[in-house]
Amino acid sequence: MGRKLLLEHINVPGINTFDVYRSKGGYASVEKALKTMSPEEIVEEVKKSGLRGRGGAGFPTGMKWSFLAKPEGVERYLVCNADESEPGTFKDRYLMTYIPHLLIEGMIVASFALGAKTSYIYVRGEMMPQIRILERAIAEAKAKGFLGKNILGSGYDLELYVQPGGGAYICGEETALLESLEGKRGNPRIKPPFPAIAGLYGCPTVVNNVESIAAVVPIINEGGEEYSKLGIGRSTGTKLISAGGNVKKPGVYEIDLGLPVEEFLYSDEYCGGIANGKRLKAVVAGGSSVPILPANLFLKTINNEPRLMSYESLSDGGFVSGTMMGSGGFIAYDEDQCIVRNTWNFTRFYHHESCGQCSPCREGTGWMEKVLHRLEHGHGRMSDMDLLVDVSKKIEGNTICPLGDAAAWPVASAIRHFRDEFEWHVTHGAEAVTRNFGLAHYADPLPKPEVLA
Amino acid sequence: MKVTIDGIPVEVEPGTSILNAARQIGGDIVPPAMCYYSKLEGSGGKCRTCLVKVTKGSEKDPRPMPKLVASCRTGVMDGMEVQNITSPEVIEARKGIVEMLLINHPLDCPVCDQAGECHLQDLGFEHGAAKTRYEFDRRTFERIDIGDKIQLHMTRCILCYRCVFTADQITNTRLHGILNRGDHSEISTYISKAVDNDFSGNVIDVCPVGALTDKTFRFKNRVWFTKPVQAHRDCDKCCGKTTLWYKGEDVIRVTGRKDVYGEVEEFICNTCRFDKKKTADWVIEGPSKVSHKSVISSNHYEFTPLPVVKTNPVLLEANKEQFERDTRL
Repeated sequence: MGRKLLLEHINVPGINTFDVYRSKGGYASVEKALKTMSPEEIVEEVKKSGLRGRGGAGFPTGMKWSFLAKPEGVERYLVCNADESEPGTFKDRYLMTYIPHLLIEGMIVASFALGAKTSYIYVRGEMMPQIRILERAIAEAKAKGFLGKNILGSGYDLELYVQPGGGAYICGEETALLESLEGKRGNPRIKPPFPAIAGLYGCPTVVNNVESIAAVVPIINEGGEEYSKLGIGRSTGTKLISAGGNVKKPGVYEIDLGLPVEEFLYSDEYCGGIANGKRLKAVVAGGSSVPILPANLFLKTINNEPRLMSYESLSDGGFVSGTMMGSGGFIAYDEDQCIVRNTWNFTRFYHHESCGQCSPCREGTGWMEKVLHRLEHGHGRMSDMDLLVDVSKKIEGNTICPLGDAAAWPVASAIRHFRDEFEWHVTHGAEAVTRNFGLAHYADPLPKPEVLA
Repeated sequence: MKVTIDGIPVEVEPGTSILNAARQIGGDIVPPAMCYYSKLEGSGGKCRTCLVKVTKGSEKDPRPMPKLVASCRTGVMDGMEVQNITSPEVIEARKGIVEMLLINHPLDCPVCDQAGECHLQDLGFEHGAAKTRYEFDRRTFERIDIGDKIQLHMTRCILCYRCVFTADQITNTRLHGILNRGDHSEISTYISKAVDNDFSGNVIDVCPVGALTDKTFRFKNRVWFTKPVQAHRDCDKCCGKTTLWYKGEDVIRVTGRKDVYGEVEEFICNTCRFDKKKTADWVIEGPSKVSHKSVISSNHYEFTPLPVVKTNPVLLEANKEQFERDTRL
């Protein structure tokens, strides 16, 4: 049983209201931070904690904060990225729905640390209920004096706004989010300049994921040292994982980073194994953009060591035999799932969500989608696999924002690990539309690495 | 600041982009640019054809950049070393991007007014593959009239955003932008509102492909049958310096003066562009220089043709024989 830092009181009735949240020790970090700490001390504490961005890239949050330019007389902004739209990820929505005050508490502390007088929570347009929940929570906090002018008599003013987006995946990219927040079309900006230098309205801006900001609360309450003791290596603290797919108990779980994936997948405390007594075929470990792995490579690394839920262990083996932590959208596939169909589905999503600004992503995602559609429906050719790999390589790294990479990785990895299933779709075109390839050898134990004399 | 591009060193001002540094050197090492337009602020970075490899970041920080960078939007650093045509990686990436740009392009060059002065044609010719691997339907759009002088054929568009920036920065009202997302996004005058502005015609000049065409010139002629002539007139709205395109004695098109990279020197107004189509309206300066590589130069001789030899005895004899053979029957 790991320690719960974010979801400790999630089952307390009425925790979404200010009074219950406060009675459970809520807003203690605001009091501590505003009354006893300086902004620099908070940044230092977050740095010490080793907290890494929970939105996908895993960049150390404290480092990001310390990069923020601080010119005199220019506003600084903190923007919370709640445009969670990655297929498979639903942790931020869960957090905002059930324990909204945690996010607001984190926002106050983080804004104070960065010296922001105005902060925004950019929520995806589809999450209308969450927007209302957050707005109500902000109103409650304001009425109790935790927001607005002169918070808790410390002389610090903060206005917090919730901004609904238009429901575009691309607006989860930080510069596209800022464009959208400014009221423009949500196209990613060309970097540099980075938001830390010129972000919202040309002012220095920090964009953080919901979970990263919420994690600031336990860091301030308990101290960065204490927080960094949880987890393993450079993956410190706890992480929300939204488990979905063919697991017995899908849902949002808070785990200590470093938990073995086998335990996460099969223990009754977490996912409880694969539903309906089936066997595991493949796993997408961190949302649709990360490489998909077959069961055997997911449970064990290429060196036959057990894989752990941590940034390092999941990416062990690079893109050849590893994957990424991503945003924690854990999707498990049982033996009856078709990888070709799944890859097509993901690519269809990226085709639909590409902003259309730069050419490789705009044209390449549509091309891959059409080829995969053909493969899935039994009209594919043997050359299609090489074509897909080649197109994905031409997209990867050549685009303005990471959406191109996110679209290319699932396709390239699916073909890398499941090539025989793709080939079967070509050789048995008519059969492929009526039944699935099955588990095949994807859960077989990994071969022992040959020892070279 | 000293930059080395493909082994050629050049001294440039701080703040210059890699592309502009390469343009100062000139020649084959200049990366192609489909979306960058030096006269438009904020343009560039979108088409990705100008990707280059930075093998040495700067004198202070000699680490190479991890990814290929868009040379039009990356500033130079002192001591930077850049590879363009000497890097196989760049050539490969550029080939891929040209292929991507062409998969949804209709390739209707035989009936396209831009053919002969189209940047995409040049780009495809220089960097593309001869065949396509794309086997699906290409996206198509209905043609839209933007006002009575400009036609938008979205099917040919490569979404470089140049016209959007033009409408934004040169004209006073912004009725021009992008609708939708991804490969179905389209240039639009905001919900088909006609652009009625004195400088709206410039979107034709900035368009690298045949998506925005001049309706007064549409289907009148192929550009390589017309002859460009520099001319000017007194105009109260713009500089009045233009290029007239002659077919015989008639001016059939007026455009801005373009440099070697296809960028206009100065933007011109709609009166000059659409209404002044008589030689009498203009002061002729002389023929425009056209690169010998351009198809436009193919029918124009800058030297006097060789005199026809009428008294060649060999030819006279041959002609006589031919005449007799033909008339014997």
